[in-house]
Amino acid sequence: MTKIASRQGHAADQRRDTVDFLAQYAAPMFLLLLILVFSLLHQNFLHPLNVMNVLRQVSISGLIAIGMTFVILTRGIDLSVGSQVALCGLAAAYVAKGGLESRFAVGVEQAGNPVILAVLAALAVGMAAGAVQGIAITRLKVPPFVVTLGGLTAFRGMALLLSGGGPVSGFTPDYTWWGQGRIMMVPVPVIIFVVVAIIAHIVLRYTRFGLHVYAVGGNEAAADLNGINARRVTFLVYVIVGFLSGFAAFVLSARLNSAEAVAGLGLELDIIAAVVIGGTSLFGGVGGIGGTVAGVLLIGVLRNGLVLLNVSSFVQQIIIGVILVMAVAFDQYAARRRG
Amino acid sequence: MAILELSGVSKHFGAIEALNGIDLSLERGEALGLMGDNGAGKSTLVKIIAGTFPPSMGRIVLDGEEVRFARPVEARQKGIEIIYQDLALCDNLSAALNVFLGRELIRKIGPCRFLDRTAMNARAAEIFAELKSETRPRDLVKHMSGGQRQAVAIARTRLVDPKIVLMDEPTAAISVRQVAEVLDLIRHLKTTGHTVILISHRTPDVFSVCDRVAVLRRGRKVADKPIADSSPEEVTGLITGAIEGA
Repeated sequence: MTKIASRQGHAADQRRDTVDFLAQYAAPMFLLLLILVFSLLHQNFLHPLNVMNVLRQVSISGLIAIGMTFVILTRGIDLSVGSQVALCGLAAAYVAKGGLESRFAVGVEQAGNPVILAVLAALAVGMAAGAVQGIAITRLKVPPFVVTLGGLTAFRGMALLLSGGGPVSGFTPDYTWWGQGRIMMVPVPVIIFVVVAIIAHIVLRYTRFGLHVYAVGGNEAAADLNGINARRVTFLVYVIVGFLSGFAAFVLSARLNSAEAVAGLGLELDIIAAVVIGGTSLFGGVGGIGGTVAGVLLIGVLRNGLVLLNVSSFVQQIIIGVILVMAVAFDQYAARRRG
Repeated sequence: MAILELSGVSKHFGAIEALNGIDLSLERGEALGLMGDNGAGKSTLVKIIAGTFPPSMGRIVLDGEEVRFARPVEARQKGIEIIYQDLALCDNLSAALNVFLGRELIRKIGPCRFLDRTAMNARAAEIFAELKSETRPRDLVKHMSGGQRQAVAIARTRLVDPKIVLMDEPTAAISVRQVAEVLDLIRHLKTTGHTVILISHRTPDVFSVCDRVAVLRRGRKVADKPIADSSPEEVTGLITGAIEGA
C-alpha cells in the first residue's frame, strides 16, 4: 500500500519535474531548433554579418526586456515602455543638441552638450517615468496594467507635445557611435546588451534584492510578513525598467541618428512576448534573465530567418502571435501543475 | 518573572469591540493553549502580540519592558516569532530561502553583498535535523507536503533564540499524521525552554502539548487555568458558552 502510494508520488514528481524543465528550457531548445532549420534552408543565415545583424537588432528591445523581466517577476506588467522610449529618446536628443529649439534644425550636425549629458537625460526621464508609475501602483493601489496603460498614452502624448511631431536628427559621431559603432567587429549595442544582461542576472540570482523580487512575485503578503518591504521592491522594478528604457532609447536614437515621437510604437508587445516566451511566468515569481535572452533571440532569429526566406512580414506577425499564445498556454499549464 | 504580561488589553474596530480588558501572563518555557470560537478574538489578540496592529487600550510588557509594536518586524526584533495560519511561505523559493526570507545570510565580495546560499542551506539543514524533519533545504516549497511546509515555517523561529513563539492554528489544514509531527515540534520547543502560545480549535491538540489553557468568548477571557485542572468537556462548554466561566 505504502509502496504503491510512494511510487505514484514518484511518477507525479517526475511529471512535475518534466513540466518545470520544459517551462525553463523550452525557449532555448526552440531557439536552437530554429537556428538549425534556418541554417539548413539558407546559406547566409550563419554568415557573421547576418549573425551580427540579428544580434544588433535584438539588443535594443533586449535591454528593455531585461527590465521587463524584473517587473513580470513581481507579477506586474509595464505597457508604457514603447512610449518611454520615445520620450527618453527625445530627451537625449534635445540635450545633445543643446535645447528645444534644435527641433527646427533638422539634419544639421550641431554639438550642444557632451554625450554623457544626453545619456543621463534619457536615464533620468526613464527613471522618473518609472517612479511615477511605481508610486501610482504601490501607493494609490491602481493595478499595474491600468497604470502603465495610462503611461502608454500619457508618455506618448508628452513626446508628441515636446517634439511638435517632427524628428530630431543629425548627431555628432561620438553620439552615433553608441548605436552604430563596433568594438572588434562587435556592434556596440550588442556589447551593452550582453553586459547589462550579465549584471541583471547576477542581481536577480545572487543578491538580496533579487531574492526579494522573486519573493514578492511568489507571495507578496508572505514577503511582507517576513519583513520584506514589498512596496519598495515593487517601486524599484518600475524604476529599473524605466532606466533600461531610457538607455535603450538613447542607443536607438544613436543607431538611427534620429529621435522622434513615434519611436518604439508597439514595442511593449514584442518585449512582453519575448519575456513570456522566455519562460518568465505572468503569474510572477518564476523565470529569469537567461530565458529572456533566449526569448529575445528567438523572436529576432525568427524574424530574420523568415525575411531571408522571403516570407511576408504579415505572415511573420501571425507566426509570432501563435508562438506567444502557445507559450502562455504552456505557462498556464505549468502553473496548474505546480499548484 | 513573567516573560509576557498583558494587562487590560482592548481593541476596537470602529464600534465593534473585538477584545475587552484581556489580562494574560506567561512564564518562561510555558505552553499556553488559546482557545475560542470563530470571532471570539483569538486572532485579534495574536495580531496585537505579533505587532500587526497596536491595542486600543492596555499595556504589553515583554520580559520586563513595556512594548508597543507598529509592524510585525518590530515584534520579531524583540524576540516574538509568529507562525502564521497560512505559514506565509513563498512557493517559488527553496525551503532554505524561505527559512531565511527577510534575514538572509550575506557574503561580502569587495564592495558587493551577495546571498550566501551555501551557508543558508547548511544552517537550514541543521535546523531541519534538529526538528527531526525530512525537509531538504534545496527543495522548492511548492513540492512539499503540509508537514514539511510546517517544518519550514517553524524552522524560521529557530534562526534566533526567540522569547515567545506564537502559532496560529498550525494544525488546521493538515493530515492526522502531520498533526502528530507538528505537536512533536511544539514539545521540542518547550524542551528547549521556549514559551509557546498555541491558538487552536482542536481541544485534543491543546490537551496533549499545553500546560495551561485560556478561553476567549466574545472578546473576553472567560477561563485561564492549568490543563490538569480542566477537561476537554469543560473547555468545550466554555467555548460555546454552555459554561459561563471557570
